[in-house]
Amino acid sequence: MIGPGILEYEFFQNALLAGLLASLSCGIIGSYVVVKRMVSISGGISHAAFGGVGLGYLFGVDPLAGAFGFTTAVALGIGVLKEKAGQNLDTLVAAVWAAGMAVGIICISLAPGYAPDLFSYLFGNILLVPRSDIVMMAVLCGVVLLLVAVLYTQLQAVTFDEEYARVMDLPVTWLSLLLLVLVAITVVMLIRVVGIILVIALLTLPAATARGFSKTLFSMMAFSVCLGLVFSLGGLWLSSLLDIPSGATIILLATAGYVISLPFSRIGSG
Amino acid sequence: MIPAIEVKDVSFGQNGNLILDRVSLSVMEGDMYALIGPNGGGKTTLLKIILGLIPARTGTVTIFGRSPRQGREMVGYVPQFRTFDFRYPLTVREMVLSGRLSHIRGVLRRYRGEDHAATREVLQRLDLTGISDRTLSHLSGGEQQRAILARALVGNPRVLILDEPTVYIDTPTAFEFFDILEDLKRSMTILLVSHDIGVISRHVTKVACLNHTLHTHNTPEITEDMIAATYHCPVDLIAHGLPHRVFGDHEGREDQ
Repeated sequence: MIGPGILEYEFFQNALLAGLLASLSCGIIGSYVVVKRMVSISGGISHAAFGGVGLGYLFGVDPLAGAFGFTTAVALGIGVLKEKAGQNLDTLVAAVWAAGMAVGIICISLAPGYAPDLFSYLFGNILLVPRSDIVMMAVLCGVVLLLVAVLYTQLQAVTFDEEYARVMDLPVTWLSLLLLVLVAITVVMLIRVVGIILVIALLTLPAATARGFSKTLFSMMAFSVCLGLVFSLGGLWLSSLLDIPSGATIILLATAGYVISLPFSRIGSG
Repeated sequence: MIPAIEVKDVSFGQNGNLILDRVSLSVMEGDMYALIGPNGGGKTTLLKIILGLIPARTGTVTIFGRSPRQGREMVGYVPQFRTFDFRYPLTVREMVLSGRLSHIRGVLRRYRGEDHAATREVLQRLDLTGISDRTLSHLSGGEQQRAILARALVGNPRVLILDEPTVYIDTPTAFEFFDILEDLKRSMTILLVSHDIGVISRHVTKVACLNHTLHTHNTPEITEDMIAATYHCPVDLIAHGLPHRVFGDHEGREDQ
């Protein structure tokens, strides 16, 4: 399976790069998702991405580009509806979750021909990430890192205590929308690695594990990135060793890590 | 003299219910003004209007003559306990420092030396220096409340607004907390919402009762007519031994 010469294969270099980029953005944005309790909204956004993949097939656009546009629009839509209409977030999330998948299914059935790599969008395959997607992931990861670095204090204030952030006259509405867009960007980056259905686990499990051992948001992010690397590279290795799907292996490894960490967590499981 | 907080004829409704009905009050500089009243009587809503978090339907609010938004730099706010997640990975120092954000302009809002200095000073003042590297979840209830107060004070406010500050802490800790407020009273105006009449009564300079409409004599006394008008149920409260129990002297400060 994995011998010393494997690093020379481009597909394996790509897999390592994909794991690294996914861990970076997941660790950082996943930390916000966990502390701000945006897990269900992120689940909705990630499943809606399937609608974007379907639209991409139907209109002959790169499915990931389709997913990027559609997911960002959905994230903004949820944010605006929540803000303006005072809609119940649970209901919104459920609607987006199912409707996004439905759009994808209909588009794919309407699209001419057969969608050969549909399965890889749903479940991911870190070994099949093409170089062009690595470039896109690197660009998106750079955008995420830059925005978070520049807005760190404000995002911290908003995710910690939104009302107080308003009292201090921070642009809370804009920052909340930006956070949703960052989640959308991260989700799209992760589709290739673990797939739409499993994205939410990679977004939340490393961060949730890291929170139990972190005193600051920054250390939580750093630890979460490291855990993401361990899970994704460990999952990659295990999956090729056992010849089982990589995305699912990564997720199960992350879940095992989370469960094992719970008794040692400084904040308890509650 | 410009009032520290002036609320004029403010009304606010939600879903067809009138929550505040032409409420007017003036908090003068140096006051420690207590707002009491039943749950659902509009106390928190009024505070949010004063803070500029929600707009009043009618009427005006000014803070030292300015609009709530413009006056924000002068206001420190202690929200109701447990409105945020105490498991957030944030040290006491970071939380207090974040209270400086209202003073920092520009898109980036980077902390400056003076922000760190103000944080050190207020941590010292509230006896939090030794635990400033802990997270909120590793503090006692009284320490948590002091940390939240420190965040409100780090911006050197002229007005301090507190919403039910002692609900979740035990009575001895609440008395300690009010001793701190008593000390702060000399340097700033305080407006607080509380139902804990027994604890606040020794400290306040004025009391108003709010239950959709506001009743006050601009004195620290809670009178039977205020209670009757506010709760529509005077007997119940008197049975708790509340009115007139501790309101012996009230400094003769009447602002009429």
